[in-house]
Amino acid sequence: MAPQQLEKEERSPAERPFARQLARLERWEKLTYLAFVMPALLLLAVLFVFPIIKFLLISVFDPTFTLDNFVRAFTRPVYLRIFWKTFEISLMTTLGALFLGYPVAYLFANVPTRVRNILLPLVLFPFWTNILVRMYAWMALLGHNGVINQLLVNGNLIGEPLPLLFNRFSVLVGMIHFMLPYMILTLYSVMSGIPNELMQAAASLGSPPWKRFYRIYLPLSMPGVGAGCLLVFILAIAFFVTPALLGSIRETMISQVIEREISEAFNWGFGAALSLILIVITTTLYVIYNRVMSIEKIHGE
Amino acid sequence: MSNYAAGHSQWEKIKLLVFYLFCSFVFIFLIMPNFIVVPISFSGARFLQFPPKSFSWQWYLNYFNQGEWVRATIVSFEVAILVTFCATLLGSLAAYGLVRGRFGGKAVINSFIISPMVTPILVTAVAIYKIFSDLRLTGTIAGFVLAHTIMALPYVVIVMTANLRGIDIEMEQSARNLGASRLTMLRRILFPLALPGMISSALFAFLISFDELLIAMFISSPTVSTLPKKLWDGIRTEINPTIAAVSTLLILISVVVLVAAGLVRRHFEKRTG
Repeated sequence: MAPQQLEKEERSPAERPFARQLARLERWEKLTYLAFVMPALLLLAVLFVFPIIKFLLISVFDPTFTLDNFVRAFTRPVYLRIFWKTFEISLMTTLGALFLGYPVAYLFANVPTRVRNILLPLVLFPFWTNILVRMYAWMALLGHNGVINQLLVNGNLIGEPLPLLFNRFSVLVGMIHFMLPYMILTLYSVMSGIPNELMQAAASLGSPPWKRFYRIYLPLSMPGVGAGCLLVFILAIAFFVTPALLGSIRETMISQVIEREISEAFNWGFGAALSLILIVITTTLYVIYNRVMSIEKIHGE
Repeated sequence: MSNYAAGHSQWEKIKLLVFYLFCSFVFIFLIMPNFIVVPISFSGARFLQFPPKSFSWQWYLNYFNQGEWVRATIVSFEVAILVTFCATLLGSLAAYGLVRGRFGGKAVINSFIISPMVTPILVTAVAIYKIFSDLRLTGTIAGFVLAHTIMALPYVVIVMTANLRGIDIEMEQSARNLGASRLTMLRRILFPLALPGMISSALFAFLISFDELLIAMFISSPTVSTLPKKLWDGIRTEINPTIAAVSTLLILISVVVLVAAGLVRRHFEKRTG
């Protein structure tokens, strides 16, 4: 910004004839930079935004204008129940990830860099492991003849294998496992900004550790808690793979219904209506999330 | 007094111990699935057995002997390599325009580019499936490359935006002032400076494409499908250790890519001091 303004101010009367030329040059500059952004924008417009709008519009033009699909989604008890289940599972996932993730993020924020560099791969490694691999591993671990049951039965700790798979428990285990890195990294990015001196000052003034944490650290880490929970909830509410592989019919979530409407029932209108509802929910939450914390700050590092 | 202090610190020690135990438990929880899959893939039994009582390569042989798995692997690599190239190129150019350019509506353009990341992937997958059916792009390599490039673009743009913001604009301005054309400046000055960022975004783009499942579920055909799609079909039909062998290979690829990313970062940090 600054150099350009400077140029304008320092322009002497003798240079006036060039003013128009300069303006044209500036406009040309602007267009050149825009041209760099154009290929990406065009690709997204043609193969992402346009298809999504086209798809979502099927919900109201099926084939002539109708609101039946939305009436169906909001009045049939089956779908209301699925909305509620989706919400419930997402909320439990969020709270579980927060419970497990907060102490680890606290650890990351308070150990020497060297130790952190050793521990960080333990979080990043599962983060970059294919979700199917992770879910397959949980199936192998929790199954009727799975690893945990084999070990327990062979160790004579239990007579009958425990029902660990295809229920609410296994869905939550799989989802919390998937979400934990997101939660930990978001919390850590906020906690690393909390100055150590505050806690030291409180300690030197005689505040006991628990009170120090409760009165100073916890409130200061709240933006991270808010951002982390929102992010996890947004991801959880649109989840598909985990409930499909680790859940039973009772853990059906909204994305699974959309998939079934499209690829089994061929009911595009209703699938589009459910998709629109899902997009409205996630987008609203993202706008809130953006207020709490800019996306770039988290992913850009 | 000293007794009280001693008791106090004892209590503190116990609390600290509980804290460390809790964190260790979370780390084990995080990393365990990765480690459970590897031994299963080398099992000599005909079924899932843990710990495996005998060693064998049978599940890997099974994988290599089945044309379908190998074909899917080749498709996945082909697609991921092309996506790496396309997404890194388009994303880096866009990030350059966004960071250095002065024009209005940047926030709008930014959220436009980020949108594939925040839209529920299943909805994206269905929408792309619909348009690809019209364009006859389902079951083609080109279709996969286009769809995965869209998914990888936001990540590249975010990484490259942060990267370019950290590069001093004066280098570019000096080059231009000394008479270098924009193309020469980009090639000779900015490209070497932005290379570390471009390599890490390229690696991320590769993994995003290589791991992508939901779009592949919709746009795959019986002859052209990716490894995650085959894995998905396999997991749903049978729990045999061939899946564990494929999973181990996928874990291996992730490790290689992440280690490469780490090495690249270290190499460039050392060079710039």
